[in-house]
Amino acid sequence: MKLIMCAGPPTSGKTTVLRQVVRRLLKKGRRLAYLKVDVQFADEDELFRNELGIPAKKVYSGELCPDHASVLVLGDAVKWAEEQGTDLIVETAGLCLRCAPYIDGSLGIVVLEATSGMNLPRKIGAMLTLADIAVVTKIDLVSQAEREVFRANILDAAQIDVLEADALRGIGIDRLVRRIERAEDIKRPLILKGSPPVGTCTICAGKKNIGWEHHFGVLRTLDSDLFYRGE
Amino acid sequence: MEIKKITILGGYGRNGEKEQVDQVDLGMGELLSVVGPTGSGKTALINDIGLFADEDTPSRRRILINDAAPSEDFLDDPAKNPIALITQHTGFLSDMKVSHFLDIHARVRKRGNPDSVVADILDFANQLTGEPIILDSTMTELSGGQSRALLIADAVIIGNSPIILLDEIENAGINLTRALEMLRKYEKIFIFVTHDPRITLSSDYRIVMKGGAMQDAITTSPEEKRIGEKVTDMDKIIVGLRDRISSGEHMLEKEFQAIMELVWLT
Repeated sequence: MKLIMCAGPPTSGKTTVLRQVVRRLLKKGRRLAYLKVDVQFADEDELFRNELGIPAKKVYSGELCPDHASVLVLGDAVKWAEEQGTDLIVETAGLCLRCAPYIDGSLGIVVLEATSGMNLPRKIGAMLTLADIAVVTKIDLVSQAEREVFRANILDAAQIDVLEADALRGIGIDRLVRRIERAEDIKRPLILKGSPPVGTCTICAGKKNIGWEHHFGVLRTLDSDLFYRGE
Repeated sequence: MEIKKITILGGYGRNGEKEQVDQVDLGMGELLSVVGPTGSGKTALINDIGLFADEDTPSRRRILINDAAPSEDFLDDPAKNPIALITQHTGFLSDMKVSHFLDIHARVRKRGNPDSVVADILDFANQLTGEPIILDSTMTELSGGQSRALLIADAVIIGNSPIILLDEIENAGINLTRALEMLRKYEKIFIFVTHDPRITLSSDYRIVMKGGAMQDAITTSPEEKRIGEKVTDMDKIIVGLRDRISSGEHMLEKEFQAIMELVWLT
């Protein structure tokens, strides 16, 4: 089975891209299931179930970081898809700019909007650099020259394929579909591509005081490098 | 790759019916206007061309270059893209200096020495604008007219593209007559989306759009071309009036009468 992991900042158009992709893949006879991982609200599962008629689930990460939650639930989700004989498309919350949800052997797609500012590719780190394909959406809203400079900034940050799309009108989607069709099947064991940064600290645990003096673990001051304080 | 010809193969209009015009061929050096009321699908047509539509846009049109399906390289590598599309956007979103933006774009399109290219672009663009563009300003500070002037100069000089698509440049707040004169010095295929009779009547052909479909393709007659020149003269008078009023002059009825008589004489 193929595993498609889709990430990207909120409102970049992940759902719109995936909806167009799923519609085309279904027409070509592929069987698909969809999982949405989000923090506290998502209704995309209903859209994929009702409008496109594929098995769909959602997971709320709540107090957990959504990319950590994805690591925990993805094993079960892959089994769920395998049991029904479908490929699995996972749409992540796209909030964290330090983690990336991609798995070795999955096809990692990052969705970025052309309107999001020229420096975005340099700001989002692993979400972009560990992806296989960047899909640039909303290309109808910027000039061709800006589109080309944005593409150059993506390629400066990561050596990956860049596809441009106007997902609302379904333009540029066929090329992404061809890439997905060429993607390999996943192999076990399933391993996360990038290591997430430290996730357990006094702030995660609910201690809300401002200033490093109040905390333990890996810390830093405004001017220092990282240091460790604690037992 | 030398571009000799571009072909538009008709698809379907919004009502799902096949377009009346099933094929349009344009050779190097030819000018085409796309006309029709707002909402008739003019911009969608040039976007199809700019994206090398291959039955993968809502119109299901196809674009051929030199009678063959365009290479995927055109979309993946801006340096190989033979088309420059100047959209109606008159605002930039890039919060970067004009010089930095042009530097990157020249590098992407692999255009010679960036310093001289940037100087050439500024020179070209500033002939079209009222207030000159300053290299140290950020892109977001440029006015609508300055943005469009910069994009046109960018397409011609950095793009150096053999096929140039321009969406309603008459609305750009730039000196249109000057822009047309400057553009025509270049041997290229030009496609204009336009409501302006000067542009339409000086083109070799015009496509008339309706309901998202190419309704008719008309070859401009020699008679129409002559009318086009007269319309350009009329426009020069209007532009002259506009410039005088804009610079704070007072107008007199007597003087206006004299100008109107001049119009009748032509």
